[in-house]
Amino acid sequence: MSAPEDTGPGEPRPVLTVRDLSVQVATEAGAKTVLDGLSFDLRAGETLALAGESGSGKSMTALAIMGLLPKPMARISGGAIRLGDTELTSLGERVYRKIRSARVAMIFQEPMTSLNPLMTVERQICEVLLEHGAVSRSQAPKRALELLRDVRLTEPERRLSQYPHELSGGMRQRVMIAMALACDPEVLIADEPTTALDVTVQAEILDLIRTLQAEHGTAVLMITHDMGVVAEMADRVIVLRQGRQEETAPVRDLFAAPRTEYARMLLAAVPRLGAAPDRPEPADSRKIVEVDDLSVRFDIAGGVLNRTVARVHAVEGVSFHIRAGETLALVGESGCGKSTIGKALLGLVPWQGSIRIDGQQTRGRSRAAMRPVLRDIQMVFQDPGASLDARMTVGDQVVEPMVVHGLARGSELADRAEWLFQRVGLSPDMLRRYPHEFSGGQRQRICIARALSLSPKVIVADESVSALDVSVQAQVLDLMQELQAQDGLSYLFISHDMAVIEQVADRVVVMRLGQIMEEGARDAVLRDPRHPYTRRLLSAVPVPDPTRRRPDLPETSGVEEISPIFPVGQGPARVELTELSRRHRVARDAMAKT
Amino acid sequence: MWGYLLRRLFESALILLGITFVTFVLLYLVPADPARQIAGRSATAETVANIRDQLGLNDPLVTQYWRYLTGLFQGDMGRSYLQRAEVSSLIASRLPASLLLMVSAIVTELIIGLTIGVVAALRRNRPVDHTLMILSFVAISAPQFVIGILLLYVFAVQLGWFPIGGYGTFAHLVLPSVTLGLLGAGWYSRMMRSSMIEVLNQDLVRTARAKGLSKLRIVTRHVMPNAILPIIAMIGIDIGLFMSGIVVVESVFGWPGIGQLAWQAIQRVDIPVIMGVTMVSATAIVLGNLLADFVAPLIDPRIKTK
Repeated sequence: MSAPEDTGPGEPRPVLTVRDLSVQVATEAGAKTVLDGLSFDLRAGETLALAGESGSGKSMTALAIMGLLPKPMARISGGAIRLGDTELTSLGERVYRKIRSARVAMIFQEPMTSLNPLMTVERQICEVLLEHGAVSRSQAPKRALELLRDVRLTEPERRLSQYPHELSGGMRQRVMIAMALACDPEVLIADEPTTALDVTVQAEILDLIRTLQAEHGTAVLMITHDMGVVAEMADRVIVLRQGRQEETAPVRDLFAAPRTEYARMLLAAVPRLGAAPDRPEPADSRKIVEVDDLSVRFDIAGGVLNRTVARVHAVEGVSFHIRAGETLALVGESGCGKSTIGKALLGLVPWQGSIRIDGQQTRGRSRAAMRPVLRDIQMVFQDPGASLDARMTVGDQVVEPMVVHGLARGSELADRAEWLFQRVGLSPDMLRRYPHEFSGGQRQRICIARALSLSPKVIVADESVSALDVSVQAQVLDLMQELQAQDGLSYLFISHDMAVIEQVADRVVVMRLGQIMEEGARDAVLRDPRHPYTRRLLSAVPVPDPTRRRPDLPETSGVEEISPIFPVGQGPARVELTELSRRHRVARDAMAKT
Repeated sequence: MWGYLLRRLFESALILLGITFVTFVLLYLVPADPARQIAGRSATAETVANIRDQLGLNDPLVTQYWRYLTGLFQGDMGRSYLQRAEVSSLIASRLPASLLLMVSAIVTELIIGLTIGVVAALRRNRPVDHTLMILSFVAISAPQFVIGILLLYVFAVQLGWFPIGGYGTFAHLVLPSVTLGLLGAGWYSRMMRSSMIEVLNQDLVRTARAKGLSKLRIVTRHVMPNAILPIIAMIGIDIGLFMSGIVVVESVFGWPGIGQLAWQAIQRVDIPVIMGVTMVSATAIVLGNLLADFVAPLIDPRIKTK
């Protein structure tokens, strides 16, 4: 592992050289090695991807290079990091400071929390320019404006005086990039830079990083869990697993012929758009969920008398149904209202219209009257860690719904808990443990077991696999489909991930700004999309195949600027759906354009 | 903005109205008889009854309250039963001293409290942190009259650095302000410490470090402004704490403020004065909260006044 890589005579000297790098973290059980003997070279203009699942040590590598390992818990326990001629591991804080951003810069996963909410964009950019003496004080604002232009931010003059909360996630990440590139660093470390962003925004940000890299000749170290992003961005890839360098290869070689078992498994687990197996056409069975003209609006109060002055039209006149044993997928970008619909089905937000669950109308039901309906519909959330109670054993939590509904007691509960655990593939001896003793995937299985405890007819799965590593994601999806095959469960599967949706859905509903843009059978919508918005969503998905370039993103028509907030008495123009075939409907406005 | 201000002022007026009612009823229910206090020990039952009649104390509660309220709306807070003066002029003559003490105590507690909080957070779980937190705990737990007498003994009696009591120069102001401010300093140091630690763990600090900023700049420009936000709302509420502290501290140091006035009035059941002081302190608390709500958006652009 420690042998230097071949440096051909024609190749430029690497900007960044990492040799045998090891990082240890102090735990209660003693020092734990989280990164073990990592070695690589990074050359100017090159993109090296560090790919791996959670706990692989990829973020630790980035922090080690930046000299930002959380002290005193983590420390470099061995190896060398050379930036040009400077050895970084032995550098004092005072000197290291002058290197950060000036020679190695970093962008992070969460553009929402990575910027200071109390400082304008201008001040945050100028700060880094002035700290490294890149420009004089009087020139700094001018340079900041140039940088915003460089990252293709719309209305750069206005952005300078704005605060982070006034910008969208994508804009914030552009500001982060502008800050990172302010001093023209030799190396840019991008730690999951698009993971928190919508897929179309992700495509734009990745494009931007590529363009800027070409302009400046920056070396990019791309840290990601997403093999699609790897295929799209990387020249070479290092696959990390539990701190060890599993495989290092040029990107095409890795995808064409992975040499290690783990890399093969990782690539096999990646959901690929267009590769999902056919699903048997569900029988025209009973409608379990019937939603008619559903609207959800949230009031915004203001004025002297604190009256409602405007409303957020989160969901506007949406109708759909789900049949027994069927999976309906709701897709769309953040803020499109897909999660709100899930909550409305369980009566967790106030709504208007009509919702029938297995024939029972739920409109106007009190909390108590809603209870029998909830036996038929349950929910599984995105973050299994946050949706379990840390102070209650998982066994108690799994059967809690049965206690609440008065369906079982005593030894019956214990039997039921064991049975549920077996169904979701967990061992019943783990029932007495607490949530922190489980991995993310196991916790999501526990949440599924809890949802199953009432033997519901429908489960609303709100981004239920989004927080999981791909290999775990694949297993949880398999489990969900198994349960469906056994019990004839229906799912409302809410997700932003088109590839996952293709795997599980029978029918797909595409939403934007609270309304349905396109809906129909899975193959109709995903393989023959008719609405420009659906097409845009699909073409933004990174393709996990380095030999196939993702098609360029269709231009937007300024749709992002539309806000779902309207004054009282007004609302968005209702989108009418046109039937293309028995199994495919699309918004009429799209038909006018095509 | 103006609409919001108007609404908030209206709400504040409602709150104050509620306070007048509650205080009035409570004082009405107090078993002591003000007429007996005024008449003195040797007075006959007839004299007492006469006084009661004169003051209208025999009227039903609602009538008395209405009379008080209509007076209040005309700026008349009534006359003291025992001192031959209007309540409003009594308060007006003593309010400046109390305000001076309060402002200087707020400044003291913020300087001491925030400094300790910042230092403790930056040295967390080290001996410095532990020592400071024990001290802050002592400041919170010790009764104010004990602290006041202790400071008085050490710095005035033994060392002779400050006058023993009274009012007039800056030197007179120091010990009462510190006594009054120490309690708040204890609270603020703890709040600031935990708020700082929370911000230090946020992503924005990692970004600031990745930018290559100096530690000093990170702490003063990025961490402290974010950490102080939750404290601002507390300062408004804090004025209420001061009002109870002021009664004690003014007595210990012989400070001629409304605290002393209140203390005398309570001892002698001088109801109009008690009502007056209560109204003044309630107004101070309400205004303090209002001020805090208007200062917060100046520092935090995410808060909009609507």
